[in-house]
Amino acid sequence: MLSYLIRRLLLMVVTLFGVSVAIFLLLRIVPGNIADILFDSAGLIDPAEKQKIVADLGLDLPLPLQYWQWLNGLLHGDLGFSYVSEKPVIDEILPRIPITARLAALAMIFAVCAGVPLGVISAVRQNTKLDYALRVLSLSGLSMPSFWLGLLILMACVRWFGTIPIYDRAPETFWAWLAMLAIPAASVGFRSSALIMRLTRSSMLEVLRQDFVRTAKSKGLSDTAVTYDHALRNAVLPVITTIGVETAFLFGGLIVTETVFNIPGVARFLVEAIRWRDYPMVQNLVMFIAVVVVSVNLIVDLLYMLVDPRIRYSE
Amino acid sequence: MSTTTATGPVTHGLMSTVWYNARRYPLGVAGAIIMIVFVLSAIFATWVAPLDPFSTNAKASLAAPGGTYLMGADMMGRDVFSRLIHGARVSLAVAIGATMIGSGVGAAVGLACGYIGGWFDLLVQRVTEVFQALPLLVMALVITASLGPSLRNTIIAIAIPLIPIVSRVIRSNVLSLREMPYVEAAKATGMSEWRVAIIHVLPNTLAPLIVLATAQLGSTILTEASLSFLGLGVPEPYPSWGRMLSESAAEYVRTAPWLVIYPGLAISLVVFGSNLLGDALRDALDPRQRD
Amino acid sequence: MAPVLEVSGLTTVFHTRRGLVQAVQDVSFSVEAGETLAIVGESGCGKTITALSLMRLIPQPPGEIVSGSVKLDGTDLLRLSEPEMRKMRGGKIAMIFQEPMTALNPLMTIGKQITEMVMLHDGLPKAAARTRAVEMLYHVRIPEPERRAKEYPHQMSGGMRQRAMIAMALACKPKVLVADEPTTALDVTIQAQILDLIGDLQREFGTAVVLITHDLGVVAETAQRVVVMYAGRKVEEASVEDLFANPLHPYPRGLLGSIPRVGSARGLDVSPDERLREISGMVPALNDLPPGCAFAPRCTQADDKCRSQIPPFELKQPNHFAACWQA
Repeated sequence: MLSYLIRRLLLMVVTLFGVSVAIFLLLRIVPGNIADILFDSAGLIDPAEKQKIVADLGLDLPLPLQYWQWLNGLLHGDLGFSYVSEKPVIDEILPRIPITARLAALAMIFAVCAGVPLGVISAVRQNTKLDYALRVLSLSGLSMPSFWLGLLILMACVRWFGTIPIYDRAPETFWAWLAMLAIPAASVGFRSSALIMRLTRSSMLEVLRQDFVRTAKSKGLSDTAVTYDHALRNAVLPVITTIGVETAFLFGGLIVTETVFNIPGVARFLVEAIRWRDYPMVQNLVMFIAVVVVSVNLIVDLLYMLVDPRIRYSE
Repeated sequence: MSTTTATGPVTHGLMSTVWYNARRYPLGVAGAIIMIVFVLSAIFATWVAPLDPFSTNAKASLAAPGGTYLMGADMMGRDVFSRLIHGARVSLAVAIGATMIGSGVGAAVGLACGYIGGWFDLLVQRVTEVFQALPLLVMALVITASLGPSLRNTIIAIAIPLIPIVSRVIRSNVLSLREMPYVEAAKATGMSEWRVAIIHVLPNTLAPLIVLATAQLGSTILTEASLSFLGLGVPEPYPSWGRMLSESAAEYVRTAPWLVIYPGLAISLVVFGSNLLGDALRDALDPRQRD
Repeated sequence: MAPVLEVSGLTTVFHTRRGLVQAVQDVSFSVEAGETLAIVGESGCGKTITALSLMRLIPQPPGEIVSGSVKLDGTDLLRLSEPEMRKMRGGKIAMIFQEPMTALNPLMTIGKQITEMVMLHDGLPKAAARTRAVEMLYHVRIPEPERRAKEYPHQMSGGMRQRAMIAMALACKPKVLVADEPTTALDVTIQAQILDLIGDLQREFGTAVVLITHDLGVVAETAQRVVVMYAGRKVEEASVEDLFANPLHPYPRGLLGSIPRVGSARGLDVSPDERLREISGMVPALNDLPPGCAFAPRCTQADDKCRSQIPPFELKQPNHFAACWQA
């Protein structure tokens, strides 16, 4: 168990190191020097000024050294400065994290609460009209772009309430906060719930075919007890892994959803940073996303071990 | 009751096999029809579209659906319906281009990993983990940021994150195929490794590859739409469905809903069709993944 | 003594895409308290479907019990409502399955799986039910039952799991135990132990056992009476001694010829010319049975009558029944 954890943590470090190299190189092969862009956009003409920008940004240094400076800073919590705002990157990123984190958590809660029960119902009622309806629903959830769903919801708001919910940095009550985030969370979580539903259904169908379910029935347990006490726990196991993978996917949905609903979170900020070619920002944001994804996967695997005795007791 | 389980169709030829499966998977047929309509309108866009998708008309700015403009007109007075028909080309190009590159390279990498093994396999696996540490859209965003926006770069940006997804599946497929008795038997008869690979292993990875590639079609279309929606995908003047929905759509929600509804409907319908088709292909070709 | 379990005319079919499959046709038998009745036959002959039909555990659809009765102490199980039947399952009639590896819930401790059932049928509070579970584990000779009750199935060997399975099945002292190939998945050495265990507990609790098996060695060691099934029908029924000494139907004759030293454990005589041989041909598909005797295509003595008319199941010798035109 402990050795497994150590192995996992080491692999995590290797992966993150790989991400840092990949993102660093990707951003250096950009056509056009960043200094050129800044130089042009600032409307400067003096070549000496340009030299100064290049030197300020450390762009005249050899690539390995530039990389080392970044990595070294990263390890010491110094993420450098934004090209655009010229503020420390960390001060720009940190306040945006809780906004996205809350939205993501809400979306995931929605996805699990809707996806798992509907998947179970769909499996238990296999090949009924209800099952077909739920399957079409989940397939359409996987087919709709989440930003379009968001726009449709906005459209419905206009039609029914005559207004669009506006993001408020400091809502007064918890309920106001929930009401504000519920719509974006549902529109980004719909895809995840559709995926979870599909997986729960197929996993449940597979479990219901297994011998121990028949044993449980032979003991005289009711269908409800067989489905929920025996089958569901087994069926949920593979779904847990999916929830981990889906959390990573969720970030993609968050990028567009935050854009549609005008939410100043960290996901939308990545797009803005890319548009402004604010590469120190992009670089660090991507690292941040990678850390989150890798950690979530680790947590999910550990959770899996807690739930499944077969893994818990195997040394 | 092993005697009663279906053992699959008795094949009398391609047409009867197709017919047999078509009756078994009606939803798959629906998906195939959607995809065929989509592909045909992309290919024959110039003939199908009633108006020129590029010609602007100040008088028709934000014209409501009806009359000349079946699905209304955009800000610049361009016909939405014609732009949607032409937009199918972009979606199709990206879907096919990215899926082919991603699956092709992915399959090659997966085969190589399964066959060469050792340090090469380890290295590729580590690289795969790096890819998996980033969501697909983030990867695609960063790659387009680095390559610059163009149709070709959008295809590349979407294809690259597909490679590890495909290579992982093919790799595990190859590893399990290599243990199969008939492959062992082929080796025992003195067939060379490469001959075994080409004659026995490669054809058997084809079914999962087709299933996987079809399943990815929808996700590539969605990724392209997202990229273009964010303004980092296929640039003007190509009419891309995603870009037709781009940010300014938030204000059209109030003033011109048709600019929001139709492009989104087009994306959803095509992705829905490809998902239906993908599910049916999975059930028909790869019973192990059946649910 | 009146039989505990009386099955008559049991017919179970499956509605499949390839038509109606008659899995069990007109099967009748009865078992007394403390008695063991073996149902033998090749895989696919309908013996497992018969067992599941007794428990009413046939997946429905596609399966359906179309006629017959299964009387347990005079109550016809096939006429009960589903909630009434649930009280019977596990309480009055219990079943153990072939695969101890997969028949137990991997995510639930052995103790919990037994406790759950005791609470349900005997209405015991949790603590008392738990004590009963540990007692049962002790009864099936699992060492350290207290500790083992807290373990999960994967922590036990196949033999131990099958013991736990038996403990569970007998926890509510059922009148009838249906054992579907209880030893097939186990090592030979463990097989004998498990069979002895079932026998001992049967004597202790007075349980009637319906033993489903393809293994005539197992039959010889445990059963008093045997029903031989072929293609969904009974072809012979007799005491173990009579069947082994004088099989009337060519199918069991062939079966007895195909295993070495049958019955030696109980001193049953096997004539020296019964050399090891196999029955040629294949079991017919149940949806495509020949018009006459289902065994006719494989039978060396079959004539035109065999091939055209189904032989009736009738008394041929005292207490010895068979369905064969030639016997």
